[in-house]
Amino acid sequence: MRSALKHSAVLSVRYGLLAAALVLLAAGLLRREYAEVLQKAVRICLECIGIG
Amino acid sequence: MSGMHRDRVKGGAKRVPVQQAVQILSAVLVNGYIAGFQKGTIFTGGTKAVCVPVLHCYSCPGALGACPIGALQAAVGGVKRHFPFYVLGLLMLFGVVLGRAVCGLLCPFGLVQDLLHKIPVPKVRVPKRLDRPARFLKYLVLLVLVIGLPAFAVTKTGVTPPYFCQYLCPAGTLGGGIPLMIADPALRGLAGRLFGWKVLVLAAVMAASLLIHRPFCRYLCPLGAFYALFNRFSFFQMHLDGQKCTGCKQCERSCPMEVEVTGNINSPECIRCGRCKAVCPAGAIASGFSCGRKPGRAEGPKKA
Repeated sequence: MRSALKHSAVLSVRYGLLAAALVLLAAGLLRREYAEVLQKAVRICLECIGIG
Repeated sequence: MSGMHRDRVKGGAKRVPVQQAVQILSAVLVNGYIAGFQKGTIFTGGTKAVCVPVLHCYSCPGALGACPIGALQAAVGGVKRHFPFYVLGLLMLFGVVLGRAVCGLLCPFGLVQDLLHKIPVPKVRVPKRLDRPARFLKYLVLLVLVIGLPAFAVTKTGVTPPYFCQYLCPAGTLGGGIPLMIADPALRGLAGRLFGWKVLVLAAVMAASLLIHRPFCRYLCPLGAFYALFNRFSFFQMHLDGQKCTGCKQCERSCPMEVEVTGNINSPECIRCGRCKAVCPAGAIASGFSCGRKPGRAEGPKKA
């Protein structure tokens, strides 16, 4: 009984996290945050390679 | 458990080559822009708007996607400074689907550490009293270097540097810094103390990898720390069949991350490499995607 409750709690968290991830992702896409990621990623990051 | 599969192997390591094949395929895929290595340039196509699930510098000449940790720091500490909906959403999605299987199966820097550890030199087992607390360092790195400092340590320009990438990330030095400097003499001319520090960090991690299995993943990787939070809840799970388990503990002796497999098989430290499954003589360990059936946890061995 206790184990079944634990299991259903794990499932609830799992699907809750999945839903939260999708909501965040959708919000990010609507805010066009991917363009910001692209802008950063297509230039050599001097700090990342140890120059900046 | 739906989708679970089990490889019965007599004390061998049949699973390990499969793991390495997946790791190599992943490394090739995320480094798909081969021309970059020849020209000393980086890829500038649209796929770079998408973060890859692994620690992989977007300044690596071969990188086809963006580094999730770099992108997270850029969102939190950039000019616009905002909540990173997109990057966090992607990271959570990777985490909830795969957990730390990303570390064990997909990460190219994990593969580098695995290969280094195969070099036959005497190995070191870190005492538990040092090992256990040191494993919390990676959570500190995530909270302080990746989120805290970029968010709150504002500079005069309004843009904070990507502290983790700048001072700690050895993957950026190995995948980005060194290949770019080899290919581009102009960049080589700019290398100074910071580059020297980064090479030193990389050398230390590589030397430690010879002695300890995956030291960077264990103690320092902020991405591993993030995915560790999802291990218990992810769709990809390890499962221990308590009825079949004989309690021989071969799994625990062979685990590269020193997880207590029979106590908590989906521990935050488990990178789902499948070594335990490969060595289990009773075929008691399975792994795979689970949508609804009970995930394996402390399903201890049957009593003799």
